[in-house]
Amino acid sequence: MKFSKKITLTFFIILFLVLASPIILNITSKSSVFSLQPLSIVLAEEVKQDAAAAPAEETAVKEDKAKPAYPPAPKLKESDYPKVKGFNGRIVIWLAAQLHLWFAAFVLAVPIFVLIIEGIGVATKDERYDKMAYEFIKISLTAYSITAVFGGLLAFSLIVFYPDFLKYMANIFGSTMLAYAFLFFAESASLYIYYYGWNWLKHGFKKWVHLTIGLILNAVGTTLMFLANAWVTFMMSPGGVDAAGVFQGNDWAVIHNFLWNPINLHRFVANVAYGGSVVGAYAAYRFLSAQTRDEKAHYDWMGYTANFIAIAALLPLPFAGYWLTAEIYAYSQQMGITLMGGVFAWLFIIQAVLIGALFLSANYYLWCGMGRSEGAVRYNKYIKYIAFVIIACFLVWFTPHTLVMTQAELKALGGPYHKYLGPLGIMPAKNTAVNIMILFTFLSFLLYRRANKVATVSWAKYGNIAQTAIFAGAIINIVFLGVYYGYFTNTVLKVGSSVPQVASTLSVIIFCIIIDVLMFKGAKDVAPLKWGNVPDRSQYALFLLAVSFTWLMGLMGYIRSGIRQHWHVYAIMRDNSADAFTPTIGYSAQIVSIGVIIFMAIVIFIFWLNQISSKKA
Amino acid sequence: MKISRLLLAVIVIGIFYSFFKIFFGIILKQPIPGSLFTMYMFFIIIGVLLVFSFTEQGAKELMSPIKDLLENPEKMMMRNVVFGIVTIFAGFITYQQVKPSFEAPLELRTIHPAPPSNISAYNKSYNLLTLENPFMKYKKEDPEKFKQLIYEGGEVYFKNCFYCHGDKLDGKGHYAHGFNPLPANFMDVGTIAQLQESYLFWRIATGGPGLPKEAAPWLSSMPVWQNFLSEEEIWKVILFLYDYTGYVPRSWEKH
Repeated sequence: MKFSKKITLTFFIILFLVLASPIILNITSKSSVFSLQPLSIVLAEEVKQDAAAAPAEETAVKEDKAKPAYPPAPKLKESDYPKVKGFNGRIVIWLAAQLHLWFAAFVLAVPIFVLIIEGIGVATKDERYDKMAYEFIKISLTAYSITAVFGGLLAFSLIVFYPDFLKYMANIFGSTMLAYAFLFFAESASLYIYYYGWNWLKHGFKKWVHLTIGLILNAVGTTLMFLANAWVTFMMSPGGVDAAGVFQGNDWAVIHNFLWNPINLHRFVANVAYGGSVVGAYAAYRFLSAQTRDEKAHYDWMGYTANFIAIAALLPLPFAGYWLTAEIYAYSQQMGITLMGGVFAWLFIIQAVLIGALFLSANYYLWCGMGRSEGAVRYNKYIKYIAFVIIACFLVWFTPHTLVMTQAELKALGGPYHKYLGPLGIMPAKNTAVNIMILFTFLSFLLYRRANKVATVSWAKYGNIAQTAIFAGAIINIVFLGVYYGYFTNTVLKVGSSVPQVASTLSVIIFCIIIDVLMFKGAKDVAPLKWGNVPDRSQYALFLLAVSFTWLMGLMGYIRSGIRQHWHVYAIMRDNSADAFTPTIGYSAQIVSIGVIIFMAIVIFIFWLNQISSKKA
Repeated sequence: MKISRLLLAVIVIGIFYSFFKIFFGIILKQPIPGSLFTMYMFFIIIGVLLVFSFTEQGAKELMSPIKDLLENPEKMMMRNVVFGIVTIFAGFITYQQVKPSFEAPLELRTIHPAPPSNISAYNKSYNLLTLENPFMKYKKEDPEKFKQLIYEGGEVYFKNCFYCHGDKLDGKGHYAHGFNPLPANFMDVGTIAQLQESYLFWRIATGGPGLPKEAAPWLSSMPVWQNFLSEEEIWKVILFLYDYTGYVPRSWEKH
């Protein structure tokens, strides 16, 4: 059978629809994301409804008899939490959940881009893509069993340390928990057929069967994640229960709570970026231990592809994160202020530093990669300007609003805020900085694309002018929106102005790529692109990318969970255990760092397993 | 004479260092606090090293003076001198970090309490999630009355609040220097410009004692104004604060 481009296109449209179907379903359902309302409005509505419902109580009593009765959220005492000698329940849960999540994010993400790479291999008929996709999925297969092990550990730990909380959650989410378990079977089955059937289903029509299995694998995986997200977001923004925590019987209402969709989107995009960074680290590991030139070339190419995936997903990630945070603020001002203005604010400074480190290492990798072709020397002179802008934006990105000062500094400044740097501490400045940082990272990528090529089309000069104009226009627009709407208008416009800022950035990426692709069609090669011809330093940038991502996920995951403070389920079920306090920043950072070390050690073990599995006696 | 790449990197770092010191410290008279300055310089050094080392040739040139110093047998004397200087410098830095100081320890706390869902004031319970300023409606319905309410709010402010928060609402009142934490600066973009009116009502009505138990002690000297002002007076003074500063309260709908 001949694989035409049309069939490939159709396949990817189906892939998109299947992956996006849960989101589309949400939006089109009656209780869509757009009809969700903040806690304040929901509570006000509930009061009104309670009053209106009074005359109809008699009829309701009859109906209620038919419904199963659900218990209210239990009011626990400290003695209700079992203690196991030598173990701290919170730390066990914390680490088990975090390690499960890191591996889960990785194993859910890898099949997404493996399927895409496999599809590219089919469309281009280039065997190398198929080989690389197979190698990617092979890594995730080992990680899959470890994900399940940590999932089991988490479930058992919850039974041991927080039985009443788990019982309450099971009363509400019983059906989704069972669905989750069955879907896990489907996930395992499709993953194993997809992996073990790779060579069996390699040619002809069978390849399409294989791609379809990959599609099912991704659809099931994404649904699994969405279900687990429902439990997590219910704990933050409970829906479908009354003020006492009594489940109203509507499964969809508890799943589709206020923060469900923002988390779904944020985790979906972040998983892809994270998966890309971890396989990038694998490629770097193999590159550094490669014995032959061919091997080096292969793993250099693999590392480049993985980095490309990670960065492509990283670019929209700050916007998804911003949406999630804005929704948290909208749901509860208390959670919002605790998150970014209160006790967790300093962790956001660490987050900002780590995100900056991600951008710097990704850019450095691209700049080093320009050494693959001698044709790139032309562009080397621009790198210092790109670096200057990225560093400047990075400094704005992590400048805090409230500064840590000695008494002498406090006196010199006349207060806890810096007159000129203080305004950089709030979101409009951060949004402006991150958009420009993204644009200049994209510029690094554009220069890399052109490294060994010269455009031969007659309109090349005008193409370059158009690209420059688009860049300049977008930057002016982003700065104007950030400064004017960010500082001289009200909060609605302030938050709202981030949307056109993002739109400007995305427009630049889309239009410049279109112009670039057309301009460099049939371009002349200046010098050959030599895969494997990169310094070892660039590979350490790939490691840094994976470690930064892992640390970032750990810290931000802790913050997301920690803003509930002393609530198991926010404002519904109180945590009365001895550990219901918010730990200090240093302590939390240490626990997260221990998790990162354990995770990285296991990941290196997985890399080693993959390396020995490909060795011949 | 060709400057070595390492020296060039040091000069570039030095230029940034001097810029921050001179521009902010001398020209603007707002020096950058040490904690932030260290972070700035750390990432500037990283950035410079990245730019100077992204090509193979550049990295070699950058490292060659160091490599030469470490490996060249003819430079033994200089090597020992450099080692000595580096060791003494590291010792000096360490001493500066650990030497006893009479200065009060740094405070890492952010004075930014999160509001509770409900508060009690004036023998009533208020839901802060739904609470709105009852006078805000006059902004559209009766602009003249709204103006009068702001004027009355101003009177409340200058009779009660300005002693600490200042006549320019910048937190520099007559008594401000006696407090730690300092009174809030309403002109700053990070205070009332970021908050809902219900938040201000909570902070004014219940003062320092009304702050949440979490992250205590707050050490706030804010009086419990419900003991001295009426509910209406608090709402009026809130109108005045936003009118004077030109900020608009945080909300989720356009006004």
